[in-house]
Amino acid sequence: MHIMEGFLPAGHALGWSLASAPVVAYGVYSLGKKVKKHPEYRMLLGVAAAFTFILSALKIPSVTGSSSHPTGTGFGALLFGPTAMAPIGLVVLLFQALLLAHGGLATLGANVFSMAIVGPFVAYGVFRLTRMLRLPFGMTVFLAAFSGNLMTYLTTSAQLALAFPDPTGGFVASFVKFASIFALTQLPLAIIEGLLTMLIFNALTRFNPRELRELKIFPSSEVPS
Amino acid sequence: MKKHQNLILIMAVIILALLPLWIVEPVDDAEIFAGADGEAMAAITEIAPTYEPWLSPVWVPPSGEIESLLFSLQAALGGAFIGYYLGGSVARARAFRELRGTTDVK
Repeated sequence: MHIMEGFLPAGHALGWSLASAPVVAYGVYSLGKKVKKHPEYRMLLGVAAAFTFILSALKIPSVTGSSSHPTGTGFGALLFGPTAMAPIGLVVLLFQALLLAHGGLATLGANVFSMAIVGPFVAYGVFRLTRMLRLPFGMTVFLAAFSGNLMTYLTTSAQLALAFPDPTGGFVASFVKFASIFALTQLPLAIIEGLLTMLIFNALTRFNPRELRELKIFPSSEVPS
Repeated sequence: MKKHQNLILIMAVIILALLPLWIVEPVDDAEIFAGADGEAMAAITEIAPTYEPWLSPVWVPPSGEIESLLFSLQAALGGAFIGYYLGGSVARARAFRELRGTTDVK
């Protein structure tokens, strides 16, 4: 989902940066408030960041014959709310833009928007919705991370299609083209991200049930103390 | 089921990640398992052949080896932190259990 440096027209790059900036700012503000109130969350916040660090570094082969990477942003969104992942995603994307030539500074806003804003919001929304439908906990986690991952890549496809509409088919033809590159490749990877997110939640449920209760991941009745 | 769930999850991840290596056959001499990001850039040049990127990356890793070094560093940092946190949590849970165990005996 990294749009490479210089591969968005300047106007688009600026637009996406302006769209992302307030969310990142609000994320910093709300995280600061949360950590001030509960300093003990700091470690778990580190775990959320670490999860994104690992997952976005893993280029995994896919059935389409190309490879791509999960994002890992769904996990932190479930723990700390969707805006918390905006600054964390920004750090990861900045690391990759500066040291790995993956993504870029001008495209940072667009990449933050897809990976660190849309993905977390979708994951969080799906989680809350499926919780309300009383699906089993593991399944809600899986569906949340899966959808967040997939929507991140569909967002990238839409961003590229907006910037580069097909000369004949326009936005739609272009979107289909980019989505066929990203979304199909991403399907098995989204499943992998869903499974890995279940795995880390299993560990937290077992060893850190108190933190999960405090973060209102599940009501106190559902976890043995 | 619950008992073996983690094992099943790990197996499924491994299978999903490795399966493509068997089932995907290279077409002609095209490179397989290239990054999707790069393929999207190729699609851009197809749609808009006249588009010129107006910026280039600040710094590009001088070789594939250096690039993979930095990627593994990124993953290792993340893995180390999660391992540290979970290790501490496991020890705390165990200590708590033992403590409760001794008071139960009384």
